[in-house]
Amino acid sequence: MSDTISDLESLAQRHTSELSAATSLDDLRDREAAAFSKDSELGQIGKSLGSLDVDMKKTVGAKVNAVRQQLQQAAAARRVELEASARLAQLEAERLDLTEVLGAPTPGTIHVVKQTQRALEDVFIGMGFSIAEGPEVETDWYNFEALNFPPGHPARSSWDTFHVELGEPESVVLRTHTSPVQVRTMETHEPPIYVVSPGQTYRRETADARHMAVFHQIEGLVVDKGITFGDLAGCIDTFTQAYFGPGITARLRPGFFPFTEPSAEFEVVCFFCNGDGCRTCSHTGWIELGGCGMVDPNVFKAVGIDPEEYTGFAFGFGIERCAQLRHNLDDMRILSDNDIRFLSQF
Amino acid sequence: MLVPLSWLRDFTPLEGDTKFLTDTFNELGLVVDGVQEIGGGLDGVVVARVLEVRAHPDADKVRLADVDLGDGQPLQIACGAANLAAGQLVPVATIGTVLPGDFEIARRKLRGEWSNGMICSADELGLASERASGIMVLPNDLTVGASFSEAMKIERDVVFDLDIEGNRPDAMCIAGIARDLAGKLKLPFSIPEPQINESDTLVEDLATLVVEDSVLCPRFTIRVITGVHIGPSPELIARRLTLAGMRPINNVVDASNYVMLELGQPSHPFDLDRVAKNTLRIRKTTGNESIETLDGSERALPADAGVVCDGDDKVTSVAGIMGGAISEIGPDTTSVLSEAAMWDPYAINKTSRQLALRTEASARFEKRIDREGILRAQSRIAEILLLSNPTAKIARGVIDHNATQTWPSNAERVRVRTARVNAVLGTDLTDEQVAQYIEPIGFVVNLIEPGVSEVLIPSFRSDSEREIDVIEEIARMYGYDNIARRVSTSPHVGGLSPYQHNRRAIEDLLTGLGLTEAWTSPLLSPGDLERAGLPEDAVMLTNPLLREESKLRTSFLPGLLKAVAFNLTRRNQGVRFFEVGRSFGLPSEGALLPDEREYLAVALANEDDDARSASRLWSAVIDGMKLRGTSLQPLTLDGLHPTRTAAIHGPDNQLIGHVGEVDPTVCGRFEINRRVGWLQLDLAAALALVEESPQMKPVSRYPAAEFDLAFIVDNAVSAAAVEDTLRASAGDILESVKLFDVFRGAQSNEGARSLAYALRVAALDHTLSESEVTDVRARAIAAVEATHGASLRS
Repeated sequence: MSDTISDLESLAQRHTSELSAATSLDDLRDREAAAFSKDSELGQIGKSLGSLDVDMKKTVGAKVNAVRQQLQQAAAARRVELEASARLAQLEAERLDLTEVLGAPTPGTIHVVKQTQRALEDVFIGMGFSIAEGPEVETDWYNFEALNFPPGHPARSSWDTFHVELGEPESVVLRTHTSPVQVRTMETHEPPIYVVSPGQTYRRETADARHMAVFHQIEGLVVDKGITFGDLAGCIDTFTQAYFGPGITARLRPGFFPFTEPSAEFEVVCFFCNGDGCRTCSHTGWIELGGCGMVDPNVFKAVGIDPEEYTGFAFGFGIERCAQLRHNLDDMRILSDNDIRFLSQF
Repeated sequence: MLVPLSWLRDFTPLEGDTKFLTDTFNELGLVVDGVQEIGGGLDGVVVARVLEVRAHPDADKVRLADVDLGDGQPLQIACGAANLAAGQLVPVATIGTVLPGDFEIARRKLRGEWSNGMICSADELGLASERASGIMVLPNDLTVGASFSEAMKIERDVVFDLDIEGNRPDAMCIAGIARDLAGKLKLPFSIPEPQINESDTLVEDLATLVVEDSVLCPRFTIRVITGVHIGPSPELIARRLTLAGMRPINNVVDASNYVMLELGQPSHPFDLDRVAKNTLRIRKTTGNESIETLDGSERALPADAGVVCDGDDKVTSVAGIMGGAISEIGPDTTSVLSEAAMWDPYAINKTSRQLALRTEASARFEKRIDREGILRAQSRIAEILLLSNPTAKIARGVIDHNATQTWPSNAERVRVRTARVNAVLGTDLTDEQVAQYIEPIGFVVNLIEPGVSEVLIPSFRSDSEREIDVIEEIARMYGYDNIARRVSTSPHVGGLSPYQHNRRAIEDLLTGLGLTEAWTSPLLSPGDLERAGLPEDAVMLTNPLLREESKLRTSFLPGLLKAVAFNLTRRNQGVRFFEVGRSFGLPSEGALLPDEREYLAVALANEDDDARSASRLWSAVIDGMKLRGTSLQPLTLDGLHPTRTAAIHGPDNQLIGHVGEVDPTVCGRFEINRRVGWLQLDLAAALALVEESPQMKPVSRYPAAEFDLAFIVDNAVSAAAVEDTLRASAGDILESVKLFDVFRGAQSNEGARSLAYALRVAALDHTLSESEVTDVRARAIAAVEATHGASLRS
């Protein structure tokens, strides 16, 4: 009996060290088979239990179970170790350099002028405005006459106008501003009116770093009861602070437009130097942006709105100018080159 | 307009530094474009006599002069001016002088010869805005060694460059600007009355006037001055003209120019002896007339232009724009006919545009001059001319054709309601304040009842004719920035229209798909459309700046192909553009304006792009935008590949665009040697198909079955038609059908190809049984075979 017990003990020792020395999960499986199968030493001893007397059977049986348990624990412990190292090996094998970027999809871009236009539209939408649009080829009536430029009026000379070969001579123009949209809006909508009209406009000017013959404008129009010049100045301030940043307020100085009276030019605090004076603002602390004013009663009369009942204001400025200021564009003409190396920067 | 401060001070006692005055100008809307300080930096500049001039031994363009600075000792100075000569008195900047522009004079060696100072030109001394052609030669009666600024009585001055708005005829002159400043700063203001003595000779005995057109010329006045000696103007007159940017010419012409700048009234001096029959005749041209103008140009005059003719009916001057050479003041002139008139602003503007000739005079007449200021200007011209001609005789009286009373004129009296002033401006002014703000600038205010004033518009403010115009003047004087700001709130909810919203969405979808938005000019060059394979018919510009930009686009093809070529030439990668913009078809029957529509155009020009990538993109747009019921039909379209283009139709068979590839020949003409995929949508029509609020369809909770079917289908049958048949035959249980392979080769015959579809089916209420799946598969096969003559690919 003691032989059997001692056999079991040496067997236990031997297999424990063999299981613990398994080099891989497959190897462990082989060694487990060697340790636990019916033909293994432990299996043979188990089979031989039946031939033993009751006491022996109990003692040896208990020892067999203890050894089996010991070996199973050894196998389990080794399995945990092997699994852990196998995972480590696999992870190590899978190691990637994520800076090896190949074939990334390249999203395109919205044109920087359109992006600027959208940002401006969004500011005014936040202020309760809608977006009004209209044709780029316009009649003289909408572009000039309804806006208080009588035919032949010398003030027309300062709006360098392209005419097209349609209708009577000079009766159809490429719109010089988006103001015709204001006229169309007032013709078709009852006050209160709060709209901005962004869009492409045309001036017969030779292109240079700061001007293009085809460009974009955004104009605003408010028509309501009780609207004053104070509302106009407040609206401009609200917009400039929302778009250019807190503290970037506007100042107004007298100007001249046939369609507004009183008229004003507006300038914003230079946001490069916060008004201290720098090269961008020619050391004035201010940057010229656009024009504005109270809607001229003659414009209201042209569209059938009673100027005694309603007052209103209008303003307008260049979208390219905003883009130029915000993105530091040195020459406007790059905007229509469509060089993808430029467009993809924004 | 260049405005010297000293001149303004003739009319109002201005104080304050340059910064303060600049701010005040700006607040008045007289925008300061620039400021020039005059007469500073002259300490150390002395009057010197040139003793000797000799050649520099080692330089061609520089000579050496010995000058006497007052101590009798010759001092050597190098000088490059050609007009330097011995005996002259000249200004010399001595060593250590800091000239205007922070230019310090030091003793220096020039090619081995010492130069001990600088002989100066007028611009180097800050006394002229333009570069002078030589050194300044001083009058010979000055004391050598005296301070230059004292000897020359140089006054320190400041010249403001003002940008005068188009509605301010009154601010086109020094006196008017002074009036505005005085009003704003609450300073006294007055225009002195000219003091002249007339002779006994009546002007009517010396000259005759015939005005044939009083609408063209509502007022025309003539003064005659005899016994004139032509010579230079007095120093003050010449200096001020120079500061104001005009070149002094002679005492007669200068007097006319000086008064125009001072009072805003242009005038023209004629040599009376060169005016035939001493008669001026005002009329319009009849055609085929021409004139040699003062600038030496022979100009053909348009018909209906206003002209001044002589007694032989020969044109002597273009009315209100420029005088003629025929009666020009010359060195021998002794009798001067001074003309000052008022012209119809519209007529002057028209002729000036037709002649492309804009002058100081026409700029003022266009804005309508002060009809009541003409006689004062005539007297002032005589007064100034007499400064240099004390013995000249001013004929008695003025020939005055005055039709301004019957001429279509502005309202002279305007009712102004104080409540209206406050309602427009958002102010809280009283009746008294309204008057206080505008009376100093010439408006006369009579309160006729509480809250209502009658305002007399001054004759020099022809821009003011309505209550609102007077309100603007009140606002200007009150100060725009003193008006309290208020943020009114819109009663509306702001937002984009559905169309505007979807337009942004499709733009964003396309950029997400890797496309870049281009912006091409709507102005095309003649031939652009033809190069793109399109008809050249398009709306033409009447007055293009450049021939290359003289035509309105009817298609985006030329513009986008140019953009593609621009990038390919630069070997740029990822050239896949879209553009959203207007295109301008010829007006439809009876319409005046072009058929202007907004389009989305796409040009795909990566290396592997072609009609297939355009079609894939269109498919992604359909899915991304949730467009309902579109279909493709093969189409031949100008400029596009004849066998690789399809029309896109909406559910009611309306055309909404096309997709395909640019004709390779067209690509070649634009120097693009690769295929260009093309998509164009009529945006309004396409975005009308966006499903605004898609309604939910239930999703099965039971497992779906999937199977693939491949058919040999004749090339004439579209894949879309096969797909439609599959869809119809599978019925409700079809979850999706997708073409996943197209194969042309071994198994398919000539003229046919294999189309493989993956179908996925599921029922809403149970797991499909095997026999149900077998059934639907068999139905689908049968339907495709029967409908399209196709066969299942084994």
